[in-house]
Amino acid sequence: MAHAAHPAGGKPGTGGDQIAPIGRTGSAPGPDLPDQGTAPGVPAPANPKTVLEKAEINRALSRIAHEILERTRGAQEVVLLGIPTRGVPLASRLAARIAQVEGRQVPHGSLDITMYRDDLRLRPARTLGRTEVPADGIDGKTVVLVDDVLYSGRTVRAALDALNDLGRPLAVQLAVLVDRGHRELPIRADYVGKNLPTSQQEVVRVLLTETDGEDGVLLEPVGSPRGRGGVTGRRR
Amino acid sequence: MNRHLISAADLSREDALLVLDTADELARVADRPIKKLPTLRGRTVVNLFFEDSTRTRISFEAAAKRLSADVINFSAKGSSVAKGESLKDTALTLEAMGADAVVVRHSASGAPHRLAGWVRGSVINAGDGAHEHPTQALLDAFTIRRRFGRAPGDGTGEALDGLRVTIVGDVLHSRVARSNIWLLHTLGAEVALVAPPTLLPVAIGDWPCSVSYDLDAALPKSDVVMMLRIQQERMNAAYFPSVREYSRRYGLDTARLRQLPEGAIVMHPGPMNRGVEIAAEVADSPRSTIVEQVANGVSVRMAVLYLLLGGLEAAQ
Repeated sequence: MAHAAHPAGGKPGTGGDQIAPIGRTGSAPGPDLPDQGTAPGVPAPANPKTVLEKAEINRALSRIAHEILERTRGAQEVVLLGIPTRGVPLASRLAARIAQVEGRQVPHGSLDITMYRDDLRLRPARTLGRTEVPADGIDGKTVVLVDDVLYSGRTVRAALDALNDLGRPLAVQLAVLVDRGHRELPIRADYVGKNLPTSQQEVVRVLLTETDGEDGVLLEPVGSPRGRGGVTGRRR
Repeated sequence: MNRHLISAADLSREDALLVLDTADELARVADRPIKKLPTLRGRTVVNLFFEDSTRTRISFEAAAKRLSADVINFSAKGSSVAKGESLKDTALTLEAMGADAVVVRHSASGAPHRLAGWVRGSVINAGDGAHEHPTQALLDAFTIRRRFGRAPGDGTGEALDGLRVTIVGDVLHSRVARSNIWLLHTLGAEVALVAPPTLLPVAIGDWPCSVSYDLDAALPKSDVVMMLRIQQERMNAAYFPSVREYSRRYGLDTARLRQLPEGAIVMHPGPMNRGVEIAAEVADSPRSTIVEQVANGVSVRMAVLYLLLGGLEAAQ
């Protein structure tokens, strides 16, 4: 879920100088907010609990691939669009599994939602991800959005807006590896790898081989509990 | 996020690459049926142009509109400036209208810097006197990067390390040259200036570039040749004997084009004086990036506007 917008490192702004260069201050040191409840790729704090292991992720993806085939009558006219960062490798894994089962390639790509987020003004400008729509486009197709974690639903809302600017799909469905609840918008997933009851004081960390060198989903406590209101609470 | 873009020299390598990478993603919007993003909805960008400009103003306007910002165009002609209003009073007027960004072009070097002290929004320098024109340098770097295959494939793109860029012509009056020297140096390119001694600034020794006076010697060692416009409007002294002589010694014609190494490109910030600094056949050759530069300008300016205005406002 837009982890691309969360570059590690970066430099603090040129303090004091009013005419300072623009820069990657988005990652300036400061209170680390949970990235929409997930914070992958960062060293794990104390008490991480593994909720999905590599084999379980594989099984979940295989099941989702079969469900997509069932629900879309053999995935004719289906386009899988992953939401960067970790939705993209998931979409390509699903496409590979569907190809294994049906012996037919399903177009897949990526859909960056950064420019459509509703919280852009709450944080410094984010790095953009890549939008790569298969050559045939999405008009008249069934688009399956793929993401790692479904939480508030705001990423998916942004993705629906972004899709609207790319074309007019016949239908849009949503596949997620983990649904951790706490929705803030009337959005639900069509395909879920694992329903994971969480508290908002927890962080779901998703690791994928393509981006993090290994597969796994971890549940961890947030460093310090945050209230609901204000910018430093739930980020979204 | 820091607030202003006044000088290319203020950009760190990391900042510059961020702008270029962002511009690469935004360039894809131009290929879509709906060439618009909602990102700057409700933000106001003022184009404040005290000097004539076609491509820069239109480019900024297109960039702001593609990001859904409201654009107010202000040119000195037909405004209160013609009645004698000062820059500061103009700035305060814009401030009262709630401008989130002011894109300013002014004949006085340093005008954007002054303006930055008077307004709350971001100030973007679109050319001040003979000082700087940072977005032009960024779009030139963007164009070079694309032509030499260093744009991002997956992930982030590369800098310009090792590329040899020769800037030819009226460096003295050229803000484009100044901004390019700083930015290209930051990005790792080797910059060489070639110009008549009369068209080089006095303190050139402090700049991170080499200087020579012989174009024919420089061309075989150039991956990029950037031709500068002879700025007739600023030629208030006899800088060279005649336009024809200048053209013979420093103009890029087809014979000189052949001296360039394989794969080298020819750039010009526009507007061109065809037949003076660049021959028409050269300007229209496949090595010329002049039209690309204009198209890339919109993407790069979108990136700058997004990075300055798209996020949380900087602490003030």
